[in-house]
Amino acid sequence: MAANSTSSATPLLVSRGISKQFSGVEVLSDVDLDLMPGEIHALLGENGAGKSTFAKILAGVYRPTRGTLTMNGAPVEAYSPIHAQRLGITLIHQEPISFPDLSVAENLVLGHERGSLLGRVHWAGMERRANELMDMLGIRIDVTRPMRGLSIADQQMVEIARALVGDSRLIIMDEPTAPLTPKEVETLFGIARKLRDEGRTIIFISHRLEEVQALCDRATVFRDGNLVDTVNVADVSDDDIIRLMIGRSLKEYLHKQRTTIGDVALKVENLTLPGVFSDISFDVHKGEIVGVGGLVGAGRTDVARALFGVEPAATGKIHVNGSEVAIGDPSTAIDLGLAFVPEDRAVAGIFSSLSVEKNISAAVPGKITSGGIIRRALEHAVASDSVKKLRIRLASLQQPIGELSGGNQQKAILARWLLTDPSVLILDEPTRGIDIGVKAEFYDMIGELAAGGRAILLISSELPELLALCDRVLVMSEGRLTANFDRSEATQESIMQAAVPRSADQEVAA
Amino acid sequence: MSVTEKSEIAAAPQRESASARPRWQVMLIRPELMTFVLLIIALIVASSLSPYFLDIAYILDSFTLSAELAMVALVLTIMIIAGEIDLSPASGMALAACTFAYAQQAGVPIPLAVGVGLLTGLAMGLLNGILVIRFQLPSIIVTIGTLIFYRGLAQVIAGDQSIRVPEWFIGINRVLVFGIPVPVLVFVILSVVLGFVLSSTIYGRQIYLIGTNPIAARHAGIRANRIKMSLFLLIGITASIAGMMTASRLGSVRYDIALGGELQMVLMAMLGGTYIFGGRGSILGTFLAAWLLVIVSTGMIVANILPAMQLCVLGVLLIISIIATNFIYSRTQR
Ligand SMILES: Nc1ncnc2c1ncn2[C@@H]1O[C@H](COP(=O)(O)OP(=O)(O)OP(=O)(O)O)[C@@H](O)[C@H]1O
Ligand SMILES: [Mg+2]
Repeated sequence: MAANSTSSATPLLVSRGISKQFSGVEVLSDVDLDLMPGEIHALLGENGAGKSTFAKILAGVYRPTRGTLTMNGAPVEAYSPIHAQRLGITLIHQEPISFPDLSVAENLVLGHERGSLLGRVHWAGMERRANELMDMLGIRIDVTRPMRGLSIADQQMVEIARALVGDSRLIIMDEPTAPLTPKEVETLFGIARKLRDEGRTIIFISHRLEEVQALCDRATVFRDGNLVDTVNVADVSDDDIIRLMIGRSLKEYLHKQRTTIGDVALKVENLTLPGVFSDISFDVHKGEIVGVGGLVGAGRTDVARALFGVEPAATGKIHVNGSEVAIGDPSTAIDLGLAFVPEDRAVAGIFSSLSVEKNISAAVPGKITSGGIIRRALEHAVASDSVKKLRIRLASLQQPIGELSGGNQQKAILARWLLTDPSVLILDEPTRGIDIGVKAEFYDMIGELAAGGRAILLISSELPELLALCDRVLVMSEGRLTANFDRSEATQESIMQAAVPRSADQEVAA
Repeated sequence: MSVTEKSEIAAAPQRESASARPRWQVMLIRPELMTFVLLIIALIVASSLSPYFLDIAYILDSFTLSAELAMVALVLTIMIIAGEIDLSPASGMALAACTFAYAQQAGVPIPLAVGVGLLTGLAMGLLNGILVIRFQLPSIIVTIGTLIFYRGLAQVIAGDQSIRVPEWFIGINRVLVFGIPVPVLVFVILSVVLGFVLSSTIYGRQIYLIGTNPIAARHAGIRANRIKMSLFLLIGITASIAGMMTASRLGSVRYDIALGGELQMVLMAMLGGTYIFGGRGSILGTFLAAWLLVIVSTGMIVANILPAMQLCVLGVLLIISIIATNFIYSRTQR
């Protein structure tokens, strides 16, 4: 633990022997970690390694089964989010939880009001304070508008500002960058650095190693609930970190094999949903992987939802395997051989209180029944097969899926759709939150599916992913298709060029 | 750099091999167990009040008074699991009983009159279903509306007097099969059938799915509207059967049959651990709760507790059961 002693300053927060069991299963064992003031500290590890659990213990969401936390030399004893907040620890959730109908300013001070005797709220003072904070962070958000309608990035900024209202010394960000555009990520990093320079401590959880290299001072790697090592980021390479994370080096993902490309499986003509996207035309052949690049909010998800019948387009034609079809709802889409892995897992994917098994089998009733009756053994076999294939980490198939780590939930949803054996597979940010070890395997799987004659439409904000996997890359910007690159033409630059909104052109060029 | 030596930890035991949560814990967190324990306690207390409660025939006989409501409560349980609610079936029992009685009084042969009653049930379910599904109105409001409407309609048809039913149609509760009154038997059989459907068929599974997360269910290709419509029809027709069984038990029909019965139905479902926000619950729970409720209400009568006080007890029971169920469910998902 050489890295732990690099700083001679006294640590802000000391964790000793922190352990957590859920129903007798230990998911975090004896974590000893010193967090220094003025550092950005990455937590790394595979899906289910215990990062979020540790973060939640620090933030008072979970009570540790064993171990002690010391903040500024004083033991932390009462564990509750409010208590942690008072001590100056704030957890910024991946999906910010706030009060959508209250204004930004109100959300900022909520729970922090010192409260005069009669609980009167000082509106003017509140707004002034909110504006000061926004200026300090260098972000431009009108503090009088309601939270509803802010972009995810802006909502995150408000959450961060909220932490500053309470003068938090430790700010924990659990996978904050996943839903952000590259530019928003840069803004976030700028703010994080600024906060660090003020002497605050930031915990940063991410699966993107390049972000860790760019932002973090130290990194702690978890594996199977154990703290494996804490390192100075400057001293180690990505490969070292990966080896710490998965206990071996990562197998290199090679470009997708060229497969024989067959007939058109999905053909879209002039698809339009007013105000959302317009005039979308493209096709996907059997055996082909077509990527859709673009910035978050470019309308890619809306097109996918329209194709799958979740919110059908107003005009335009869709052909599946040569015949024109009307897809009014997802069940029709599924009958036609479509599958859709949605971006928003919590809302459109998981049945949180139901078992992993039931979640995996949800879209394939035919595979778990005989004579209309559910055969438990069949269902169990189907589900455990998927769990093995995708290496989903869980205590039992009967466990509610809400108890799995974020990445493992994502894998279970993937498993559900792979089971439908679709002829057209639409994937919306499928690797969001999935660790690098599994990503490569997932890419292999997509490649295999394509080789087996399936048509794949892959929406992704990760350019390397698009470049490595796709035969063609479409780019969307502001609801329109702006490019259709062949594999040879697609580069990071050409995709980004087509992705930026015309209105913001200059800004980016600058 | 400690990278290599630390990699030894790779040999640390994998969590996949960790044992699942202990069996007893899985059992304990089931709300049906709470219902079962309450049932045993109620039996002990009641039999200390009156030795009658040790006599199974006495309990069965008391149960016939609630069997009709309990039948409907079973379907209501499924409805709540699917994320909807129907408060109109007690009124529906009265309306179906009235159309049936009116038809047979007007000279329609009994089998046809029964058909009229069943059709009434279907029509009531259809109306509720259309309002909730087609017009996307909240079922709690819609069915409070139809609760009043169906009861009013019953009064329009039957007027203020009671309509007698033919002598031979009276007394279904006195007919014993293997020593069990027919209404109780019907309730038990319905419990077994619905319990099986809910737990072991795709239809039942999809009911849990749409109640747990309607949006994800839609994405998974589940036709929630069809399922919900079928449930409204099912509860309508069950209510009509229950209404006609009540007519047979009472020997005559008035518009105020099963007045306020929706409360007992909801109480049975809640006491049985059905989660008011949908997605969780079981037929077994409601089955046990129905017996619990009969023993508590009969026990209170035996103990000479004032009717007003009895109502208080039922109200408190309802609130406690909702709190307990919520608590149990929140504990399983920290
Ligand atoms: N409430 C809970 N009940 C039971 N087990 C849980 C609960 N929360 C987390 N776990 C288990 O603890 C382990 C660690 O989960 P955690 O969410 O900390 O992982 P993570 O490192 O954040 O992973 P990811 O990268 O996928 O987000 C997982 O195996 C998970 O199944
Ligand atoms: Mg996590």
